[in-house]
Amino acid sequence: MIRKEYTCVLCPNGCPLVAYVDDDETPVIARVEGSVCPKGEDWVRQEILNPMRTISSSVRVRGGDSILASVRTSRAIPLARIMDVMEEIKRVTVDAPVEIGAVVLSRPAGCDSDIIVTRSVRKSA
Amino acid sequence: MNAKASPIGKIRREVVVIGGGPAGLAAAIAAREAGCREVLLIERDRILGGILNQCIHDGFGLHAFKEALSGPEYADRYIRRLPDAGVEVMDNTIVLSLSPDRVLEVSARGALRHIEAGAVVLAMGCRERTRGAISIPGHRPAGVYTAGAAQNFINLENIMVGSRVCILGSGDIGLIMARRMTLEGARVEAVFEILPYSSGLPRNIQQCLNDYNIPLFLNTTVTDIIGKGRLEAIRVAQVDGDRVPIPETERLVPCDTLLLSVGLIPENELTVQAGVAMDPVTGGALVDDTFMTGVPGIFACGNVLHVHDLADWVSVEAEEAGRFAAAYVQDRREEPRRRIPGRAGEGVRYVLPQTISGERDFILSLRVTAPWRDRTVVIRDGGGKEIRRRKMMRLHPAEMIRIPVKKGAGADGSPLEVSVE
Repeated sequence: MIRKEYTCVLCPNGCPLVAYVDDDETPVIARVEGSVCPKGEDWVRQEILNPMRTISSSVRVRGGDSILASVRTSRAIPLARIMDVMEEIKRVTVDAPVEIGAVVLSRPAGCDSDIIVTRSVRKSA
Repeated sequence: MNAKASPIGKIRREVVVIGGGPAGLAAAIAAREAGCREVLLIERDRILGGILNQCIHDGFGLHAFKEALSGPEYADRYIRRLPDAGVEVMDNTIVLSLSPDRVLEVSARGALRHIEAGAVVLAMGCRERTRGAISIPGHRPAGVYTAGAAQNFINLENIMVGSRVCILGSGDIGLIMARRMTLEGARVEAVFEILPYSSGLPRNIQQCLNDYNIPLFLNTTVTDIIGKGRLEAIRVAQVDGDRVPIPETERLVPCDTLLLSVGLIPENELTVQAGVAMDPVTGGALVDDTFMTGVPGIFACGNVLHVHDLADWVSVEAEEAGRFAAAYVQDRREEPRRRIPGRAGEGVRYVLPQTISGERDFILSLRVTAPWRDRTVVIRDGGGKEIRRRKMMRLHPAEMIRIPVKKGAGADGSPLEVSVE
C-alpha cells in the first residue's frame, strides 16, 4: 500500500487529503482520509487517474470599450492539456459587444469544456 | 461659464457608500433593501467592481452563490441588481474629503460637489504594500511590480510585464500571478517567502505552483535588486529566526521581472480625515457590532476595515454594515447600553468588532498569529466564563476565522477575550 498526499483544490478550504493506493501501474484506491466534504474523495480518485483543472485567461475584443474580455473554462480540463488550450485561447479575437456566458471556443484542444466570457464588453462609444 | 462663478453643486442623500468594489456594492444594495430611498454609491473608476475586474481566476462565490465564479462574474451578480434595487451610482468620481459631520467633497468628472450624507459607509478597500514599504536595497530598474499592478497590466490592459519572473511573497495574489504569467508564456523561476510558512491558500500552492513545477522557498527573502534600465537579477538569502538574512546563503537569480506580493494595507486616508479612531493592528477603523466607527453615522466594512481572505466574506460583512447604516438614518438604531471591549488573547492577532453591545447576535472575525493544527478557539468573558468554543483542525494566519456569537455575551460588561488553546 502506498500513501499519497494531496491538496484538494475545489474550494478555499484546501483539505489535505491522504489516499492509500494499491499498485502504481493501475492504481486501486483503498481509502481516502482528510476530506471535510463528500467531494474530496471523488476529487482524489480523479486526481490520481487524470488531474483536472479550471483555467482563466482573456481574449482580445475588437471595437469594445475594453480591449480584453476575461474568459474561463466552463468545466475542468485535463491539467496536461492546459498549454494546448491556452494556445487556442490566444488566437481568439471577438467583436464587441460580448456578454457574460458567451461561448468563444467550443471543445478547445478536444477537451470536454467551453471557453466562456466572464466580463461583458460594450461597443465603444 | 466662468469657473470661478460656477456654484458648487450641493446635494443630500440618506446613505452614501464610498467605493464600488465587492464591499460597496453589497452595502449599497442592502441599505436600499432595508428601506432607504436615497442610496448613493460613489466609484472613482469608470466601471464598478473594483479589484474583482482584474481577478479573472475562479473561486469567487462558492459561499454566496454555491458556484465557482471569476471575479468579474461575481461583481456582475451585484452590479446587475443595482438598477432594480434603485441604487444611484456616481462613477468617475473621487471623494476628496470627508468631515466628521458627514459632508463629502467630491470631484465628479471635473465638477466639484458637496454631498451631505445621513450615513456614510466606508468601502474603499485596500492597496498593496510596495518595494518602498519593505525597503529592499539595490538599484531601481524597471521590471519591479506589485503583483496586483502586473495583474492589472496583463488582465485589463493586455500588456505582458516580463518573461523571466521571480516573486517575493507567497500571498494569494503572488501565487495566482505565478500561474497567470506561466500561462502567458513567461518562465517563473521561483516564489520566495520570508516566513517559515506560505501566506496563501493551500489550494493555490497546489494549482498555481505545484501544477507548474514552480518552487517555493520559505525562510528566504530578496536582499538586492540589480539592473541598469531593466532588472537583470536579484540576490536572495535565507533568513534566521529573527528574519535576518544569512550572508553565506546568498545567491544570484537572473530575472527580468520581480513581482511583490507582500501584503495589503486598508486605504483609510478619508477615514482618518473624518476623525475616526483606528486599530493599529488591522489598519482599519475601530467598530462596534453594527460596524459603526467611533464617529456617529460613519460605518466601515470590507477590506478598508480589515483585510479579508475571501470576497464572499466581504459581501456578507458589507450587507450587515449597509443594513445598520440604513437603520441609523431611519432612527431605528438604539444606543447600546454597554460597550464591551473585544480583546485578542493568546495566539490571536486581532478581533473584530472591537466593541460589543451584548444586545444582538454578531459574527466575531479574527486572525491567529501562527499556523497550528488541532487547536480550539475560545471566547471568554472577563470572569473567565466560557462563552463559545470552536475546535479547528487547521488554523492559519492567512485565513480569517468567523465565529457567530449569540446576544447576551459579556452581559456582566466585562471584556470578551478570544484565545487559541
